[in-house]
Amino acid sequence: MIHKYKLNGYNIVLDVHSGAIHIVDDTFYEILDVITDEKGNLKYTDLNECENEVLKHFEGKVSKEDILEVFGEVKELIENDVLYSKDDYEQYANMMVASPIKAMCLHVAHDCNLRCKYCFASTGDFGKGRKLLDAETGKKAIDFLLKYSKGRRNLELDFFGGEPLMNFDVVKEVVEYARSKEKEYNKVFRFTMTTNGVLLDDEKIEYLNKEMSNIVLSLDGRKEINDQIRPAVNGKGSYDIIVPKYQKLVKQRGVNEGDYDQYYVRGTFTKHNLDFSKDVMHLNELGFDQISVEPVVSPEYEDYAITEKELPRIFEEYEKLAVDMINLKKQGKGFNFFHFMIDLEQGPCAIKRLRGCGCGNEYVAVTPDGDVYPCHQFVGMEDWKMGSVNDLSVDFEKKDYFAKSNVYGKEDCKNCWAKFYCSGGCNANSLQYAGDVLKSHKISCELEKKRLECAIMIKAAMAEEE
Amino acid sequence: MKHIKTLNKANLKKTATTGGCGECQASCQSACKTSCTVANQKCEK
Ligand code: SF4
Ligand code: SF4
Ligand code: SF4
Repeated sequence: MIHKYKLNGYNIVLDVHSGAIHIVDDTFYEILDVITDEKGNLKYTDLNECENEVLKHFEGKVSKEDILEVFGEVKELIENDVLYSKDDYEQYANMMVASPIKAMCLHVAHDCNLRCKYCFASTGDFGKGRKLLDAETGKKAIDFLLKYSKGRRNLELDFFGGEPLMNFDVVKEVVEYARSKEKEYNKVFRFTMTTNGVLLDDEKIEYLNKEMSNIVLSLDGRKEINDQIRPAVNGKGSYDIIVPKYQKLVKQRGVNEGDYDQYYVRGTFTKHNLDFSKDVMHLNELGFDQISVEPVVSPEYEDYAITEKELPRIFEEYEKLAVDMINLKKQGKGFNFFHFMIDLEQGPCAIKRLRGCGCGNEYVAVTPDGDVYPCHQFVGMEDWKMGSVNDLSVDFEKKDYFAKSNVYGKEDCKNCWAKFYCSGGCNANSLQYAGDVLKSHKISCELEKKRLECAIMIKAAMAEEE
Repeated sequence: MKHIKTLNKANLKKTATTGGCGECQASCQSACKTSCTVANQKCEK
């Protein structure tokens, strides 16, 4: 299967199953038009038949000699298995199933000090009442992870909420407890936190920069955009409170090395700021160079919802952002935009790419009550509860169900050109908006594919520079 | 080749035979947190 497209003056061809990316000239591209069917496969298995079709198509337009020269290159790529290469991954499907639980989202606070309008957690309490995790349950969550991670060495724990800094003492206790077990169990914990920043102070910044391998700092971009949708409980905007704190945190974090220098300033865009590339640029102007701004996912009836109608405008904006970023990069002023980051050489192995997000299988979420859910987006959906850290129980039937939700378990994804980069999307969104974990959420798919096209185009543009 | 330029070594198939150890980061794609598209993650091997 191939996927080909034109963007910003480049003719780009992705050979899906080998991962090869080719930049081709117009004639080459037109030949591919002639010999590719609507699914991205070769129209004829016999290359001679392809050749005849191509000659017929170009007759009277380009000389036979010239066409045969280009077609020769097409053939060479096919023979080298980097064009229309076969899908022989299904044989690995058995490697994409059940795995130990090695990552956890720990909800230390089902409470929040902001009232973001698009919050999927119903202003922090997931519809279940405001509650903080106690240290004892937090430690049991660690025991749970130690037990079910079996042979996996690298364990991940994300402190999440609501707003995790509302329960900072328990965060510290849980970290200390986990660290005290690392040697005995031969594990390495990687802690991360997702915070809205309101409660950051010097002490917390120092602590987080020491203990968290990655920090996600929420901020939506321009002040008026952020404050409109991310007000505090008293209705005032959050921008002025948090921006200086983030700047301080990031500046101090900069001196860390290796695993502990990661951070993201991340925002959400909605229908109200479809010109979100301005928010990305604004975040960069504030001094941040690790930026993620993502589309809101919500029911269609919300006034801020992104629906199919908004897609063309958003595509345009992504393209604009990509071109702006190329220009900055060329001036040596580049920054990372999370969704345009793509590693064409040393990315994860194909198995990892096809395995999916791992929710309910290698990743779970734990609530302040100690209940285990497939992931943070499932929290509060009673039917999906799948265990408890209090008695270290796991519903293995549910776990197996999620293990099967890999790319080859999803009909739409199996035949999608983006599968090695998207990994099958978000199961929770699929369930909520497409009605089934194994279906795909169309709007998310379209956005994901557009971002990928832009990300690859940026690579093409930068390769030209070299 | 005159009409095409390949940007990368296409080694995806090879990685399938050697990979799958599961030691790398989980890859949540949701819009509410770390949101890791797999393609920008690192292999731990
Ligand atoms: S660590 Fe590397 S080889 Fe192992 S599953 Fe992840 S990407 Fe694949
Ligand atoms: S979720 Fe959508 S974009 Fe992603 S692999 Fe599946 S069909 Fe493709
Ligand atoms: S289901 Fe969605 S939110 Fe949950 S872990 Fe997977 S990608 Fe993330």
